[in-house]
Amino acid sequence: MTQLALVIDLNVCVGCHACVTSCKEWNTSGWAGPMTDLRPYDADPTGVFFNRVQTYEAGVFPNTETYHFPKSCLHCEDPPCVPVCPTGASYKREDNGVVLVDYDKCIGCKYCSWACPYGVREFDEQQKVMKKCTLCIDRVTDMTLPESERKPACVLACPTSARIYGDIHDPDSDVSVAIREQGGYPLQPEWGTKPSNHYLPRRKTRIQIHEDELVRVDNPLKKEELPTLPEAGETLDDVAW
Amino acid sequence: MHPAFSVIFLTTLIGVGQGLFLALYTGQLYALANLLPAQSSNFYAVGSMVSLALLFAGLIASFFHLGHPERAWRAATQWRTSWLSREVLALPAAMGLIFLYGTVHFFDLTKPLFVISGTLPVDFSLIIGGLGTLAVFGLFLCTAMIYASLRFIKAWYSPLTVANFLFLGIASGFMLAAAFSAYQGTSLVGFYGTWAVIATLFGLLTRVATLYRNGQFRCKVDLKSAVGVHHSQLEQKAQGFMGGSFNTREFFHGRSQRLLNLIRYAFLLMVFVVPVILILLAYALESETLPLLAFGIQYLGLILERYHFFTEAQHPQNLYYQSMA
Repeated sequence: MTQLALVIDLNVCVGCHACVTSCKEWNTSGWAGPMTDLRPYDADPTGVFFNRVQTYEAGVFPNTETYHFPKSCLHCEDPPCVPVCPTGASYKREDNGVVLVDYDKCIGCKYCSWACPYGVREFDEQQKVMKKCTLCIDRVTDMTLPESERKPACVLACPTSARIYGDIHDPDSDVSVAIREQGGYPLQPEWGTKPSNHYLPRRKTRIQIHEDELVRVDNPLKKEELPTLPEAGETLDDVAW
Repeated sequence: MHPAFSVIFLTTLIGVGQGLFLALYTGQLYALANLLPAQSSNFYAVGSMVSLALLFAGLIASFFHLGHPERAWRAATQWRTSWLSREVLALPAAMGLIFLYGTVHFFDLTKPLFVISGTLPVDFSLIIGGLGTLAVFGLFLCTAMIYASLRFIKAWYSPLTVANFLFLGIASGFMLAAAFSAYQGTSLVGFYGTWAVIATLFGLLTRVATLYRNGQFRCKVDLKSAVGVHHSQLEQKAQGFMGGSFNTREFFHGRSQRLLNLIRYAFLLMVFVVPVILILLAYALESETLPLLAFGIQYLGLILERYHFFTEAQHPQNLYYQSMA
Protein backbone atom coordinates (compact mmCIF):
# COMPACT_ATOMS: atom_id res chain seq x y z
CA MET A 1 0.00 0.00 0.00
CA THR A 2 1.17 3.50 -0.71
CA GLN A 3 2.17 5.83 2.11
CA LEU A 4 3.08 9.25 0.83
CA ALA A 5 5.42 11.28 2.98
CA LEU A 6 8.08 13.95 3.14
CA VAL A 7 11.68 13.43 4.09
CA ILE A 8 13.41 16.58 5.29
CA ASP A 9 17.15 16.84 5.11
CA LEU A 10 18.31 18.91 8.06
CA ASN A 11 21.79 18.88 6.59
CA VAL A 12 20.76 21.26 3.81
CA CYS A 13 17.76 23.18 5.19
CA VAL A 14 18.88 26.78 5.53
CA GLY A 15 15.71 28.07 7.20
CA CYS A 16 14.68 30.39 4.36
CA HIS A 17 10.94 29.79 4.95
CA ALA A 18 10.33 29.34 1.21
CA CYS A 19 8.37 26.16 1.99
CA VAL A 20 6.24 28.07 4.50
CA THR A 21 5.26 30.83 2.10
CA SER A 22 4.83 28.50 -0.84
CA CYS A 23 2.60 26.24 1.25
CA LYS A 24 0.51 29.17 2.36
CA GLU A 25 0.22 30.55 -1.17
CA TRP A 26 -0.83 27.26 -2.73
CA ASN A 27 -3.16 26.03 -0.04
CA THR A 28 -4.91 29.27 0.80
CA SER A 29 -6.40 29.32 -2.68
CA GLY A 30 -6.72 25.58 -3.12
CA TRP A 31 -8.78 22.70 -1.84
CA ALA A 32 -7.81 23.32 1.79
CA GLY A 33 -8.18 27.09 1.75
CA PRO A 34 -8.57 29.70 2.92
CA MET A 35 -5.75 29.81 5.44
CA THR A 36 -6.87 32.65 7.61
CA ASP A 37 -4.65 35.59 8.53
CA LEU A 38 -6.05 37.63 11.37
CA ARG A 39 -4.82 41.14 12.15
CA PRO A 40 -1.88 40.82 9.72
CA TYR A 41 -0.73 44.41 10.22
CA ASP A 42 -1.60 44.83 13.90
CA ALA A 43 0.36 44.21 17.03
CA ASP A 44 -0.97 40.70 17.51
CA PRO A 45 -0.98 38.98 14.12
CA THR A 46 -1.95 35.34 13.92
CA GLY A 47 -2.99 32.87 11.30
CA VAL A 48 -3.07 29.34 10.04
CA PHE A 49 0.06 27.70 8.68
CA PHE A 50 0.42 24.06 7.73
CA ASN A 51 4.16 24.21 7.94
CA ARG A 52 6.37 26.16 10.30
CA VAL A 53 10.15 26.35 10.42
CA GLN A 54 11.73 26.59 13.85
CA THR A 55 15.35 27.17 14.68
CA TYR A 56 17.39 25.41 17.33
CA GLU A 57 21.01 25.72 18.28
CA ALA A 58 23.04 22.80 19.55
CA GLY A 59 26.25 23.16 21.46
CA VAL A 60 28.05 25.97 23.26
CA PHE A 61 29.75 28.85 21.49
CA PRO A 62 31.91 28.63 19.49
CA ASN A 63 31.16 24.95 18.86
CA THR A 64 27.59 25.43 17.79
CA GLU A 65 25.42 24.20 14.99
CA THR A 66 22.14 25.74 13.93
CA TYR A 67 19.28 23.45 13.07
CA HIS A 68 16.48 24.82 10.97
CA PHE A 69 13.65 22.49 11.65
CA PRO A 70 10.57 22.53 9.38
CA LYS A 71 7.58 20.75 10.89
CA SER A 72 4.23 19.91 9.33
CA CYS A 73 1.78 17.06 9.77
CA LEU A 74 3.80 13.85 9.79
CA HIS A 75 0.97 11.74 8.32
CA CYS A 76 1.45 9.03 10.95
CA GLU A 77 0.83 5.44 9.95
CA ASP A 78 -1.11 5.10 13.20
CA PRO A 79 -2.47 8.64 13.58
CA PRO A 80 -3.78 9.33 17.11
CA CYS A 81 -5.88 12.24 15.80
CA VAL A 82 -8.15 10.01 13.68
CA PRO A 83 -9.80 7.64 16.21
CA VAL A 84 -10.58 10.47 18.68
CA CYS A 85 -12.53 12.53 16.15
CA PRO A 86 -16.20 12.27 17.18
CA THR A 87 -17.59 12.99 13.72
CA GLY A 88 -15.26 11.09 11.43
CA ALA A 89 -14.11 14.39 9.92
CA SER A 90 -10.50 13.45 10.56
CA TYR A 91 -9.51 10.53 8.37
CA LYS A 92 -6.60 8.76 6.74
CA ARG A 93 -6.89 8.13 3.03
CA GLU A 94 -6.94 4.43 2.24
CA ASP A 95 -5.14 4.73 -1.08
CA ASN A 96 -2.16 6.91 -0.20
CA GLY A 97 -2.09 7.27 3.58
CA VAL A 98 -2.52 11.05 3.68
CA VAL A 99 -4.29 12.27 6.85
CA LEU A 100 -7.00 14.81 6.02
CA VAL A 101 -9.88 16.74 7.55
CA ASP A 102 -13.34 16.87 6.00
CA TYR A 103 -14.20 20.54 6.65
CA ASP A 104 -17.90 19.90 6.09
CA LYS A 105 -18.01 17.39 8.94
CA CYS A 106 -15.61 19.05 11.41
CA ILE A 107 -17.41 20.53 14.42
CA GLY A 108 -14.32 22.34 15.68
CA CYS A 109 -14.08 20.60 19.06
CA LYS A 110 -10.24 20.67 18.86
CA TYR A 111 -10.02 17.18 20.36
CA CYS A 112 -7.76 15.99 17.52
CA SER A 113 -5.27 18.74 18.30
CA TRP A 114 -5.11 17.52 21.89
CA ALA A 115 -4.49 13.99 20.67
CA CYS A 116 -1.63 14.96 18.35
CA PRO A 117 1.70 14.98 20.24
CA TYR A 118 3.39 17.02 17.50
CA GLY A 119 1.12 20.06 17.57
CA VAL A 120 0.66 20.18 13.83
CA ARG A 121 -3.08 20.76 13.68
CA GLU A 122 -4.32 24.31 13.77
CA PHE A 123 -7.78 25.68 14.43
CA ASP A 124 -8.99 28.22 11.92
CA GLU A 125 -10.54 31.03 13.97
CA GLN A 126 -12.56 32.27 11.01
CA GLN A 127 -13.89 29.05 9.49
CA LYS A 128 -14.08 27.38 12.93
CA VAL A 129 -12.70 24.09 11.70
CA MET A 130 -9.46 22.20 12.17
CA LYS A 131 -6.83 22.53 9.49
CA LYS A 132 -3.59 20.78 8.78
CA CYS A 133 -1.06 19.85 6.10
CA THR A 134 -2.79 17.98 3.28
CA LEU A 135 0.49 17.05 1.59
CA CYS A 136 -1.05 19.15 -1.19
CA ILE A 137 -3.47 16.35 -1.92
CA ASP A 138 -5.05 18.44 -4.69
CA ARG A 139 -1.69 18.71 -6.45
CA VAL A 140 -0.28 15.25 -5.94
CA THR A 141 -3.43 13.51 -7.14
CA ASP A 142 -4.09 15.86 -10.05
CA MET A 143 -3.39 13.72 -13.12
CA THR A 144 -3.67 16.71 -15.43
CA LEU A 145 -0.40 18.07 -14.08
CA PRO A 146 2.89 16.82 -15.52
CA GLU A 147 4.47 14.28 -13.18
CA SER A 148 7.31 16.61 -12.20
CA GLU A 149 4.75 19.03 -10.74
CA ARG A 150 2.71 16.39 -8.94
CA LYS A 151 4.51 17.22 -5.73
CA PRO A 152 3.65 19.29 -2.64
CA ALA A 153 4.19 23.02 -3.01
CA CYS A 154 6.85 23.05 -0.28
CA VAL A 155 8.91 20.44 -2.13
CA LEU A 156 8.78 22.38 -5.39
CA ALA A 157 9.71 25.61 -3.62
CA CYS A 158 12.67 24.42 -1.60
CA PRO A 159 15.77 26.06 -3.10
CA THR A 160 18.20 23.60 -1.53
CA SER A 161 16.17 20.46 -2.22
CA ALA A 162 15.99 19.77 1.48
CA ARG A 163 12.58 18.19 1.02
CA ILE A 164 12.08 14.86 -0.70
CA TYR A 165 8.63 13.50 -1.42
CA GLY A 166 7.46 10.00 -2.22
CA ASP A 167 6.10 6.66 -1.10
CA ILE A 168 7.94 5.37 1.97
CA HIS A 169 6.44 1.90 1.49
CA ASP A 170 8.18 1.55 -1.86
CA PRO A 171 11.73 0.41 -0.98
CA ASP A 172 13.10 1.86 -4.22
CA SER A 173 11.61 5.34 -3.91
CA ASP A 174 13.81 8.40 -3.32
CA VAL A 175 12.46 8.80 0.19
CA SER A 176 13.03 5.17 1.20
CA VAL A 177 16.57 5.20 -0.18
CA ALA A 178 17.31 8.47 1.64
CA ILE A 179 15.94 7.15 4.94
CA ARG A 180 17.87 3.91 4.57
CA GLU A 181 21.17 5.34 3.47
CA GLN A 182 21.30 8.54 5.50
CA GLY A 183 19.82 7.35 8.76
CA GLY A 184 16.40 9.00 8.48
CA TYR A 185 14.54 9.15 11.79
CA PRO A 186 10.97 9.91 12.92
CA LEU A 187 10.06 12.45 15.62
CA GLN A 188 9.09 11.33 19.14
CA PRO A 189 9.15 7.63 18.18
CA GLU A 190 8.34 6.75 21.82
CA TRP A 191 4.62 7.27 21.26
CA GLY A 192 4.35 4.56 18.63
CA THR A 193 2.43 6.73 16.18
CA LYS A 194 4.87 5.75 13.41
CA PRO A 195 5.16 9.13 11.68
CA SER A 196 5.57 8.77 7.93
CA ASN A 197 7.59 11.95 7.53
CA HIS A 198 11.23 11.40 8.37
CA TYR A 199 14.20 13.69 9.00
CA LEU A 200 17.72 13.18 7.74
CA PRO A 201 20.33 14.05 10.36
CA ARG A 202 23.18 16.48 10.06
CA ARG A 203 26.28 14.87 8.64
CA LYS A 204 29.37 15.17 10.77
CA THR A 205 31.55 18.14 9.96
CA ARG A 206 34.83 19.15 11.47
CA ILE A 207 35.78 22.72 12.10
CA GLN A 208 39.12 24.01 13.22
CA ILE A 209 38.79 27.03 15.46
CA HIS A 210 41.84 29.11 16.23
CA GLU A 211 41.30 31.26 19.25
CA ASP A 212 42.98 34.28 17.75
CA GLU A 213 40.43 34.20 14.93
CA LEU A 214 37.55 34.67 17.31
CA VAL A 215 38.46 38.31 17.97
CA ARG A 216 38.55 40.85 15.18
CA VAL A 217 41.94 42.37 14.87
CA ASP A 218 40.56 45.67 13.58
CA ASN A 219 38.37 46.32 16.56
CA PRO A 220 39.65 49.70 17.74
CA LEU A 221 37.00 50.22 20.38
CA LYS A 222 37.63 46.82 21.91
CA LYS A 223 33.89 46.42 22.36
CA GLU A 224 33.93 42.75 21.61
CA GLU A 225 33.78 40.52 24.61
CA LEU A 226 34.23 36.81 24.37
CA PRO A 227 32.31 34.47 26.58
CA THR A 228 34.54 32.27 28.64
CA LEU A 229 34.93 28.99 26.87
CA PRO A 230 34.25 25.79 28.74
CA GLU A 231 37.46 23.97 29.54
CA ALA A 232 36.07 20.57 28.74
CA GLY A 233 32.69 19.06 28.11
CA GLU A 234 30.61 17.68 25.36
CA THR A 235 31.58 18.74 21.88
CA LEU A 236 29.56 18.13 18.79
CA ASP A 237 31.78 15.23 17.87
CA ASP A 238 30.96 13.41 21.10
CA VAL A 239 27.31 13.22 20.27
CA ALA A 240 26.02 9.82 19.29
CA TRP A 241 23.85 10.19 16.22
CA MET B 1 -3.33 23.21 28.47
CA HIS B 2 -5.45 26.29 28.25
CA PRO B 3 -8.50 25.85 30.51
CA ALA B 4 -11.75 26.41 28.61
CA PHE B 5 -14.62 27.51 30.78
CA SER B 6 -17.14 25.75 28.53
CA VAL B 7 -15.52 22.40 29.36
CA ILE B 8 -15.08 23.30 33.03
CA PHE B 9 -18.79 24.04 33.34
CA LEU B 10 -19.75 21.02 31.26
CA THR B 11 -17.85 18.52 33.39
CA THR B 12 -18.74 20.03 36.77
CA LEU B 13 -22.44 20.62 36.03
CA ILE B 14 -23.12 17.17 34.61
CA GLY B 15 -21.09 15.71 37.48
CA VAL B 16 -23.42 17.31 40.03
CA GLY B 17 -26.48 16.30 38.01
CA GLN B 18 -25.38 12.70 37.79
CA GLY B 19 -24.46 12.56 41.46
CA LEU B 20 -27.84 14.00 42.42
CA PHE B 21 -29.66 11.34 40.42
CA LEU B 22 -27.57 8.60 42.04
CA ALA B 23 -28.44 10.11 45.43
CA LEU B 24 -32.17 10.06 44.65
CA TYR B 25 -32.09 6.47 43.48
CA THR B 26 -29.96 5.37 46.42
CA GLY B 27 -32.49 6.99 48.73
CA GLN B 28 -35.30 5.12 46.99
CA LEU B 29 -33.48 1.80 47.33
CA TYR B 30 -32.86 2.41 51.05
CA ALA B 31 -36.53 3.29 51.51
CA LEU B 32 -37.47 0.08 49.69
CA ALA B 33 -35.39 -1.90 52.15
CA ASN B 34 -37.12 0.02 54.96
CA LEU B 35 -33.84 1.56 56.06
CA LEU B 36 -35.16 5.04 55.43
CA PRO B 37 -38.62 6.54 55.58
CA ALA B 38 -40.30 6.55 52.16
CA GLN B 39 -40.40 9.93 50.47
CA SER B 40 -43.25 11.55 48.64
CA SER B 41 -43.17 11.10 44.87
CA ASN B 42 -42.89 14.88 44.65
CA PHE B 43 -39.43 14.68 46.27
CA TYR B 44 -38.16 12.35 43.54
CA ALA B 45 -39.92 14.23 40.76
CA VAL B 46 -38.54 17.64 41.72
CA GLY B 47 -35.10 16.14 42.45
CA SER B 48 -35.00 14.50 39.01
CA MET B 49 -35.90 17.78 37.34
CA VAL B 50 -33.09 19.58 39.18
CA SER B 51 -30.70 16.85 38.06
CA LEU B 52 -32.01 17.11 34.51
CA ALA B 53 -31.65 20.89 34.54
CA LEU B 54 -27.99 20.57 35.61
CA LEU B 55 -27.27 18.07 32.84
CA PHE B 56 -29.01 20.33 30.36
CA ALA B 57 -26.98 23.33 31.53
CA GLY B 58 -23.84 21.25 31.03
CA LEU B 59 -24.98 20.34 27.55
CA ILE B 60 -25.53 24.02 26.71
CA ALA B 61 -22.08 24.87 28.10
CA SER B 62 -20.49 22.23 25.89
CA PHE B 63 -21.80 23.93 22.76
CA PHE B 64 -19.63 26.95 23.49
CA HIS B 65 -16.59 24.75 22.96
CA LEU B 66 -17.56 23.91 19.41
CA GLY B 67 -16.72 25.82 16.27
CA HIS B 68 -19.82 24.46 14.56
CA PRO B 69 -22.50 23.59 17.16
CA GLU B 70 -25.07 23.18 14.38
CA ARG B 71 -23.17 20.07 13.29
CA ALA B 72 -22.99 18.64 16.81
CA TRP B 73 -25.40 15.85 15.89
CA ARG B 74 -22.63 14.36 13.77
CA ALA B 75 -20.64 13.75 16.93
CA ALA B 76 -22.51 10.53 17.65
CA THR B 77 -21.21 8.67 14.64
CA GLN B 78 -17.78 7.50 15.80
CA TRP B 79 -18.77 5.70 19.00
CA ARG B 80 -16.61 2.73 18.04
CA THR B 81 -13.40 4.70 18.56
CA SER B 82 -14.01 8.10 20.13
CA TRP B 83 -14.80 8.60 23.82
CA LEU B 84 -16.14 12.04 22.92
CA SER B 85 -18.65 10.38 20.62
CA ARG B 86 -19.58 7.93 23.37
CA GLU B 87 -20.15 10.84 25.74
CA VAL B 88 -22.40 12.48 23.18
CA LEU B 89 -24.51 9.30 23.20
CA ALA B 90 -24.38 8.67 26.95
CA LEU B 91 -25.41 12.19 27.92
CA PRO B 92 -28.85 12.22 26.20
CA ALA B 93 -29.38 8.60 27.26
CA ALA B 94 -28.86 9.55 30.89
CA MET B 95 -30.98 12.69 30.47
CA GLY B 96 -33.82 10.71 28.90
CA LEU B 97 -33.83 8.09 31.65
CA ILE B 98 -33.67 10.71 34.39
CA PHE B 99 -36.57 12.53 32.74
CA LEU B 100 -38.57 9.28 32.63
CA TYR B 101 -37.66 8.55 36.25
CA GLY B 102 -38.95 11.97 37.30
CA THR B 103 -42.09 11.62 35.17
CA VAL B 104 -42.94 8.19 36.59
CA HIS B 105 -42.71 9.64 40.09
CA PHE B 106 -44.59 12.80 39.13
CA PHE B 107 -47.57 10.81 37.85
CA ASP B 108 -47.22 8.34 40.70
CA LEU B 109 -46.90 5.35 38.39
CA THR B 110 -45.25 3.46 41.20
CA LYS B 111 -47.73 0.62 41.60
CA PRO B 112 -45.67 -2.61 41.84
CA LEU B 113 -45.57 -4.49 38.54
CA PHE B 114 -44.54 -7.74 40.21
CA VAL B 115 -43.06 -8.83 43.50
CA ILE B 116 -39.81 -10.78 43.74
CA SER B 117 -39.85 -13.57 46.38
CA GLY B 118 -42.73 -11.94 48.14
CA THR B 119 -40.67 -9.10 49.57
CA LEU B 120 -39.31 -6.89 46.79
CA PRO B 121 -42.00 -4.99 44.90
CA VAL B 122 -40.71 -3.88 41.51
CA ASP B 123 -42.29 -0.85 39.85
CA PHE B 124 -41.48 1.32 36.80
CA SER B 125 -39.35 3.76 38.76
CA LEU B 126 -37.12 0.99 40.09
CA ILE B 127 -36.42 -0.37 36.59
CA ILE B 128 -35.93 3.04 34.99
CA GLY B 129 -33.80 4.17 37.92
CA GLY B 130 -31.62 1.08 37.54
CA LEU B 131 -31.12 1.79 33.85
CA GLY B 132 -30.50 5.46 34.67
CA THR B 133 -27.82 4.46 37.17
CA LEU B 134 -26.09 2.41 34.49
CA ALA B 135 -26.29 5.34 32.06
CA VAL B 136 -24.92 7.73 34.68
CA PHE B 137 -21.94 5.50 35.46
CA GLY B 138 -21.39 5.09 31.73
CA LEU B 139 -21.45 8.85 31.29
CA PHE B 140 -18.93 9.35 34.12
CA LEU B 141 -16.66 6.84 32.39
CA CYS B 142 -17.04 8.48 28.95
CA THR B 143 -16.43 12.02 30.24
CA ALA B 144 -13.34 11.02 32.17
CA MET B 145 -11.97 8.76 29.43
CA ILE B 146 -11.95 11.69 26.99
CA TYR B 147 -8.99 12.90 29.05
CA ALA B 148 -7.69 9.64 30.48
CA SER B 149 -7.34 8.09 27.02
CA LEU B 150 -4.87 10.69 25.73
CA ARG B 151 -1.67 8.76 26.26
CA PHE B 152 0.55 11.74 25.42
CA ILE B 153 -0.84 13.92 28.18
CA LYS B 154 0.69 12.12 31.11
CA ALA B 155 -1.06 14.18 33.77
CA TRP B 156 -4.39 12.77 32.57
CA TYR B 157 -3.37 9.33 31.32
CA SER B 158 -4.28 7.47 34.48
CA PRO B 159 -7.20 5.57 36.05
CA LEU B 160 -7.05 8.26 38.74
CA THR B 161 -8.65 10.67 36.27
CA VAL B 162 -11.72 8.43 36.03
CA ALA B 163 -11.79 7.98 39.81
CA ASN B 164 -11.63 11.75 40.35
CA PHE B 165 -14.47 12.51 37.94
CA LEU B 166 -16.56 9.76 39.53
CA PHE B 167 -15.95 10.59 43.21
CA LEU B 168 -16.14 14.36 42.80
CA GLY B 169 -19.35 14.05 40.79
CA ILE B 170 -20.91 11.76 43.38
CA ALA B 171 -19.68 13.93 46.26
CA SER B 172 -21.13 17.13 44.84
CA GLY B 173 -24.37 15.36 43.83
CA PHE B 174 -24.94 13.91 47.29
CA MET B 175 -24.02 17.28 48.78
CA LEU B 176 -26.73 18.87 46.63
CA ALA B 177 -29.13 16.09 47.65
CA ALA B 178 -28.44 16.91 51.31
CA ALA B 179 -29.07 20.60 50.61
CA PHE B 180 -32.20 19.73 48.65
CA SER B 181 -33.65 17.56 51.43
CA ALA B 182 -32.77 20.20 54.02
CA TYR B 183 -34.60 22.73 51.87
CA GLN B 184 -37.58 20.40 51.49
CA GLY B 185 -37.56 19.68 55.20
CA THR B 186 -37.24 15.92 54.76
CA SER B 187 -35.33 13.74 57.17
CA LEU B 188 -32.71 12.59 54.68
CA VAL B 189 -30.11 15.29 55.37
CA GLY B 190 -28.06 13.04 57.63
CA PHE B 191 -28.20 10.14 55.17
CA TYR B 192 -27.17 12.16 52.11
CA GLY B 193 -24.69 14.20 54.12
CA THR B 194 -22.95 11.06 55.36
CA TRP B 195 -22.58 9.66 51.86
CA ALA B 196 -21.47 13.07 50.57
CA VAL B 197 -18.71 13.13 53.19
CA ILE B 198 -17.66 9.56 52.34
CA ALA B 199 -17.52 10.35 48.60
CA THR B 200 -15.67 13.60 49.33
CA LEU B 201 -13.05 11.71 51.34
CA PHE B 202 -12.62 9.16 48.54
CA GLY B 203 -12.27 12.08 46.14
CA LEU B 204 -9.67 13.64 48.43
CA LEU B 205 -7.72 10.39 48.37
CA THR B 206 -7.66 10.06 44.59
CA ARG B 207 -7.19 13.77 43.88
CA VAL B 208 -4.25 14.08 46.27
CA ALA B 209 -2.82 10.89 44.75
CA THR B 210 -3.14 12.58 41.32
CA LEU B 211 -1.40 15.72 42.55
CA TYR B 212 1.39 13.61 44.05
CA ARG B 213 1.71 11.52 40.87
CA ASN B 214 1.82 14.58 38.63
CA GLY B 215 4.43 16.18 40.85
CA GLN B 216 6.66 13.12 40.58
CA PHE B 217 6.85 11.84 37.03
CA ARG B 218 8.96 13.16 34.22
CA CYS B 219 7.84 12.96 30.62
CA LYS B 220 9.74 10.28 28.71
CA VAL B 221 9.89 12.46 25.63
CA ASP B 222 12.16 15.50 25.68
CA LEU B 223 13.30 18.13 23.21
CA LYS B 224 16.07 15.83 21.92
CA SER B 225 13.56 13.22 20.88
CA ALA B 226 11.12 15.84 19.61
CA VAL B 227 13.67 17.36 17.23
CA GLY B 228 15.84 14.27 16.84
CA VAL B 229 19.06 16.07 17.72
CA HIS B 230 20.66 14.21 20.59
CA HIS B 231 22.79 16.91 22.07
CA SER B 232 22.71 17.95 25.71
CA GLN B 233 22.85 21.65 24.84
CA LEU B 234 19.87 22.26 22.61
CA GLU B 235 18.21 25.64 22.66
CA GLN B 236 15.38 27.11 20.65
CA LYS B 237 16.33 30.31 18.88
CA ALA B 238 13.19 31.00 16.85
CA GLN B 239 9.71 29.51 16.84
CA GLY B 240 9.01 30.36 13.22
CA PHE B 241 6.61 33.26 13.69
CA MET B 242 6.46 36.46 15.67
CA GLY B 243 2.79 36.70 16.68
CA GLY B 244 0.81 34.01 18.44
CA SER B 245 -0.62 30.89 16.90
CA PHE B 246 -3.19 28.26 17.77
CA ASN B 247 -0.40 26.19 19.31
CA THR B 248 0.76 28.92 21.63
CA ARG B 249 -2.79 29.73 22.74
CA GLU B 250 -4.37 26.29 23.09
CA PHE B 251 -1.56 24.48 24.88
CA PHE B 252 -0.29 27.12 27.29
CA HIS B 253 -2.24 28.47 30.24
CA GLY B 254 -0.05 31.53 30.65
CA ARG B 255 -0.62 31.65 34.40
CA SER B 256 2.08 32.08 37.01
CA GLN B 257 3.10 29.21 39.24
CA ARG B 258 2.13 31.38 42.19
CA LEU B 259 -1.46 31.70 41.02
CA LEU B 260 -1.67 27.98 40.27
CA ASN B 261 -0.40 27.12 43.77
CA LEU B 262 -3.03 29.46 45.17
CA ILE B 263 -5.73 27.77 43.10
CA ARG B 264 -4.54 24.36 44.25
CA TYR B 265 -4.78 25.25 47.92
CA ALA B 266 -8.10 26.99 47.33
CA PHE B 267 -9.69 23.99 45.65
CA LEU B 268 -8.31 21.54 48.21
CA LEU B 269 -9.92 23.65 50.90
CA MET B 270 -13.17 24.41 49.09
CA VAL B 271 -13.86 20.94 47.70
CA PHE B 272 -12.69 18.74 50.55
CA VAL B 273 -12.28 20.56 53.84
CA VAL B 274 -14.89 23.29 54.17
CA PRO B 275 -17.94 21.32 52.91
CA VAL B 276 -17.19 18.41 55.25
CA ILE B 277 -16.95 20.76 58.22
CA LEU B 278 -20.11 22.58 57.17
CA ILE B 279 -22.11 19.37 56.73
CA LEU B 280 -20.97 18.12 60.14
CA LEU B 281 -21.98 21.45 61.65
CA ALA B 282 -25.32 21.25 59.85
CA TYR B 283 -25.86 17.80 61.34
CA ALA B 284 -25.03 19.04 64.81
CA LEU B 285 -27.06 22.25 64.55
CA GLU B 286 -29.87 20.70 62.47
CA SER B 287 -29.47 23.67 60.18
CA GLU B 288 -31.43 24.01 56.96
CA THR B 289 -29.14 26.48 55.22
CA LEU B 290 -25.67 25.09 56.02
CA PRO B 291 -25.95 22.10 53.63
CA LEU B 292 -26.82 24.53 50.86
CA LEU B 293 -23.75 26.59 51.72
CA ALA B 294 -21.67 23.40 51.82
CA PHE B 295 -22.79 22.50 48.32
CA GLY B 296 -22.26 26.02 46.99
CA ILE B 297 -18.70 26.19 48.28
CA GLN B 298 -17.92 22.71 47.02
CA TYR B 299 -19.22 23.55 43.56
CA LEU B 300 -17.14 26.73 43.35
CA GLY B 301 -14.19 24.64 44.51
CA LEU B 302 -14.89 22.14 41.75
CA ILE B 303 -14.65 24.89 39.14
CA LEU B 304 -11.20 25.72 40.51
CA GLU B 305 -10.37 22.02 40.62
CA ARG B 306 -11.18 21.57 36.91
CA TYR B 307 -9.27 24.75 36.10
CA HIS B 308 -6.25 23.29 37.83
CA PHE B 309 -6.83 19.95 36.10
CA PHE B 310 -6.33 21.64 32.73
CA THR B 311 -3.34 23.77 33.71
CA GLU B 312 -1.70 20.67 35.21
CA ALA B 313 -1.57 18.97 31.82
CA GLN B 314 1.63 19.45 29.85
CA HIS B 315 1.18 18.71 26.17
CA PRO B 316 4.24 17.23 24.41
CA GLN B 317 3.81 19.72 21.57
CA ASN B 318 5.01 22.38 24.04
CA LEU B 319 8.50 20.96 23.52
CA TYR B 320 8.53 22.78 20.19
CA TYR B 321 7.82 26.09 21.89
CA GLN B 322 10.65 26.28 24.40
CA SER B 323 10.59 30.06 24.43
CA MET B 324 6.98 29.90 25.67
CA ALA B 325 7.31 26.93 28.00
